[in-house]
This record gives sequence, structure tokens and C-alpha cells, in this order.
Amino acid sequence: MNLKNAPGIVVIILIGILIGLGAYSFIYAKGYSYLSDDPKACINCHIMQANYDSWSKSGHQYVAKCNDCHLPHGNIAAKYAVKALNGFNHGWAFTFQNFHEPIQIKDLNRKVALQSCLNCHQPMVQAMDIGAHKGTEDDVKNCLHCHRGVGHGQ
Amino acid sequence: MKRNLIILAGAIVLTVAAAALLVNIFERKQEGKQAFYRVVEITDEIEDPAIWGKNFPYQYESYLKSSDMTRTKYGGSEAFPHVPTSKDPRTVTSVQKLDQDPRLRIMWNGYAFSKDFREERGHAYMLLDQELTERQEVVKQPGACLNCHASTYLLYKKLGDGDLTKGFHEMNKIPYKEVVQMAKHPVSCIDCHDAKDMSLRVTRPAFIEGIKAFKATQGITEYDVNKMASRQEMRTYVCAQCHVEYYFKGDGKTLTYPWAKGIKVENMLAYYDEIKFKDWIHKDTGANVLKAQHPEFELFSQGTHARAGVACTDCHMPYQRVGAMKVTDHWVRSPLLNINRACQTCHNVSEKELFDRATTIQDRHHKLRDTAFDALIDLINALKPYKDVDLVKNPNKDLEAARNFQRHAQFMFDFVEAENSTGFHAPQESARIFGDSIDNSRKGIMAVNRYKDSLKK
Repeated sequence: MNLKNAPGIVVIILIGILIGLGAYSFIYAKGYSYLSDDPKACINCHIMQANYDSWSKSGHQYVAKCNDCHLPHGNIAAKYAVKALNGFNHGWAFTFQNFHEPIQIKDLNRKVALQSCLNCHQPMVQAMDIGAHKGTEDDVKNCLHCHRGVGHGQ
Repeated sequence: MKRNLIILAGAIVLTVAAAALLVNIFERKQEGKQAFYRVVEITDEIEDPAIWGKNFPYQYESYLKSSDMTRTKYGGSEAFPHVPTSKDPRTVTSVQKLDQDPRLRIMWNGYAFSKDFREERGHAYMLLDQELTERQEVVKQPGACLNCHASTYLLYKKLGDGDLTKGFHEMNKIPYKEVVQMAKHPVSCIDCHDAKDMSLRVTRPAFIEGIKAFKATQGITEYDVNKMASRQEMRTYVCAQCHVEYYFKGDGKTLTYPWAKGIKVENMLAYYDEIKFKDWIHKDTGANVLKAQHPEFELFSQGTHARAGVACTDCHMPYQRVGAMKVTDHWVRSPLLNINRACQTCHNVSEKELFDRATTIQDRHHKLRDTAFDALIDLINALKPYKDVDLVKNPNKDLEAARNFQRHAQFMFDFVEAENSTGFHAPQESARIFGDSIDNSRKGIMAVNRYKDSLKK
């Protein structure tokens, strides 16, 4: 063994530890569950417990899971992009504990949720001309303005 | 070689970060599983909140913060320098409200409150600030005052040989200066929580009797608050043990809430009129007047938040997140200092919008307060020349009516003035009461004028 190679060996060992530790953390934190549609994945980090509890008692539990309302439909790339972004933001906020409580929905996610309402309810509401106004902050013709508790209350 | 070192450093940083993340996830998982750890055994005999705090460190930590001095536009307190004297060693206290609004001295002329009335500070100061108020120099206070200025649960038990109510009656009678020596803490855990399971409980006999009398007006007989109140009601009632209107009844100085006719201002005034109760005779006018205390519970009960089932605790002690745990914030304070958690749990509107709404209400309230106060002072000034007229020797209906209008106008005004929310707890009810107060002042001045005219004839 040549002493000149020592850093290389240490690096290899460290990378091994890193991969092992990373894989263990991933399994321990149920990281794989984020690839599924299971609503339980959303309460891995505890913040969503109240939302999960009320969802599991709401009417929507029979027809829609978290992902059905909170992720874009149709485009699989968009779906996973939003999922990854939200996952990262939530993980970051919860790890460093710097977020508003109660948590507040961001503009992108509000738009996604509104679009999701239409995804199922379009046939019913198409006469309401929501399409022209959808997703703007100050828009009163917005499903969530009146129905913000349908999926889960606070 | 250099490249190797960079990779080495990178691998080290990443490994440490991965390990830190793993530990963090582990901690959160543990917190999520168990909300509290029993470190010490807490019994019904332990008064010191620091011992309860060993089992409930987050609640205790926030409880300690009530010693912070923070103010809002109209309420709260900030550290105000105080030159220590032999009687009052405080180096800071809160601002003297009598200097801010000298009309208060006129309203309370002849009563101890006209000597010292400072901005209220947090729960941590309740015992200290009452011991050191200059009002103590003017009047001999009864032990009854201590009911709401100290942790008294164990003191009741001690004075009553285990019987809370008996101890309560004993304590009321003992002079304040004597009984205060027996008090160790401001309000603490044991006053609201059952040591057995931390459930909420009412420990103040005055409230147990008061709420029973009030419920009777609603047709509910033999109401036992500790058995019949829901958890959400208890989250208001534990606060309402002290944040109410009251008087000291009879020679026993029994702390009593005047709720037998209801808890609206006119119900309580009718109660006081019926028993002919007065706090003192006004020095400028000779009227038998009343001092309203701090009827937060009564006024809040007339507001929209109470109607919606919101409890005091929801806004003044909202839930906070500590890691994966949900903890009730025991730093009791103005929701305006904590809008996100206090208001936005229910109101899906920006913090600024909510702050502006509350401020609008308080600004309008403050303006109306000034108008009502001026009207009251006008009445007091109109009555002043006739203060020495003895109505027993020289009965006169107009002068008697005028003094009675002062009593009513003053109680109504003081009721809303003394209440700690600058109108927010029930804006329309507060405005209605100020309106009634102004009406009483106006009618009082008319009665004085009639009396004045009758003297000319």
C-alpha cells in the first residue's frame, strides 16, 4: 500500500459510508413512499397530521387522495416536478423549523389545486366561466374561495 | 492530489450532512410518538410551576415569557423606568395611565384608583404589581384581592383544611397585607390544571358560584362547571375565573360576580342597583358610583368570536409547533403580537389585512371612547356645584336622577374602558354601551339643568 493513495482510499471509504448512510436514511425516513400515491406519505413529517385526519373524515376521501388535488394532472413530468419541489420545500422547512404555522399554501400550489377541482368537476361547472379567471390571487370566482374546507378542514 | 482533497472534503461534508439529517429525522419521529416525558411525579400538592415544568418544558418555557413587556397600539406594556423607593423597589414598571389621560382621575375622584392606575403587565407581574401599587397606601385591601393575583389553590386548601370553598371564605376576610405573605407564586399550572391528568379545571369558588347563577338565568339549574362544561367551554372558563366584573359582598368580603340577572352590562347594573351597592361616593358630585373591573369574559361573550365557538385560548394561547409536537403556547398575550398562529388558523387572509381590520376596530373604538368620556366629564362638572346638597335632608327628584345618571353613565363607560381589548372582543356591543353611556350623561346634564332652574324660582 502506497501512502500517496491514502486520501483516495479515505474518499472511497467515505463515499461508501455516504451511500450506506444515505440509503439507510432513505429507507428509515420512508423516502420510497414519496414515489407512491399513499396519503400516509404526506404525514411522514407530522405537519400534515391534522390535514390527514380531517381528510380521512371528509367526503373527498372516497374519491381523491392528496396527490389528486395537490399535483398537476396529465403531464407526468409536471407532476413529478411539482412533487419534487414541494417535497424539497417541506423537507427543508421542517428540518430547519422556519415556517409559518399554520402553514400557508403558495401561489403555484393554489393554482394546481384549483386546476384539480376542475379536473373532476369540469362537467358540472363549465357553465360558470371559471376558466377565464382561474388561479389569480384576488379572484373571487375561485373554487377555494368558498369551498376551501372540502378536502380537509384545519 | 489537489483534486483528491477536494473530493475528500466534499465527501466529508456530505457524510456529515447525511448523518445530521438522519439524526434530525430520528428526533422528529421520537417527538411524534410521545408528547411528554414524566420526569417527576406531580401531585395536587405541588404549587411551584418549575416542578411541573420538568414534565412540560415547552409549556413552562412559554409561560415564563409572560414576563416580557411588549405593547400594542392601545394595550400591553413596555418597560417604564421607575425610581426605586423604600416602599417600591421596582426599577421598571409600566406607564401611569392617570398621567396619559387625566380624565381618569376625575372619574375616580375619591377612590383609590385615582391615585395609581398603571398599564397592566403580563401574568408574571400579577402578584408583584398588586403588592406594590400605591392604592395599597390609600385603602386597606381585603384578602379577597388575592383570589386573582396569586396561585391560591393550595392556600385555599390550607386555610380550609382541605375544603376549597371554606378556605376561600377564610382568605377573603384576612387583611391583604397578611395573606399576601402566604402567597408564593403568580397564577400557575395548578390553578387551571388537574395534576392527575392535566385536564382543565376551575379552582375559583367565586367563578363556580357566578357561572351557576348565570346559567340559572338561562334555565339551567344546579350547574356544576367542573362536571358539565365541555372542553372547549373550559378553555374559556379557566380564564373567566378572573377576567370578569366582580365586587366584594358583605362583611366577609366575599368575592362575588354580579351575574344573577345575566352578564350584559345592564344586567349587572340592575343587579347593583337592586342591592344598592356602591364602591364609593364620588368626591366631586356626591353620587354613589361603581368601579367596573375587567369584564373580558362578559364582553367577549357578546361578540362574534364567542358566537362562533372560539375560546379565549384559541387566540391568546394558540397551538404552536415544537418539532413534531403540537403545544399550547402558555405565553398569554395579545393576538396582535402573534397574528399568524392566533388568527390565520381560521382566517385565510394575509397578516397585514387582519392587522388592519383589528386596528380599524380599535381606532374607531378609541374615538368613541373619547366622546363618551368627554360627555361623562361634562356631567361631572355640571354636578359639581351641588355636591354638598344632602338629598336625605333636602330631597329633590331631579338632582337624585342626575346623580343616578352619573352612576349609570360612569359604570357603562368604565365597563368598556376597563375591559382589555380596546373594543375588539365585541365591537358593536362596546359601541352600543358607549352610546348608552353618552345618553345617560346627556340625560344627566338635562336633569341638572332642571334642578338649576328650580333653584331660580
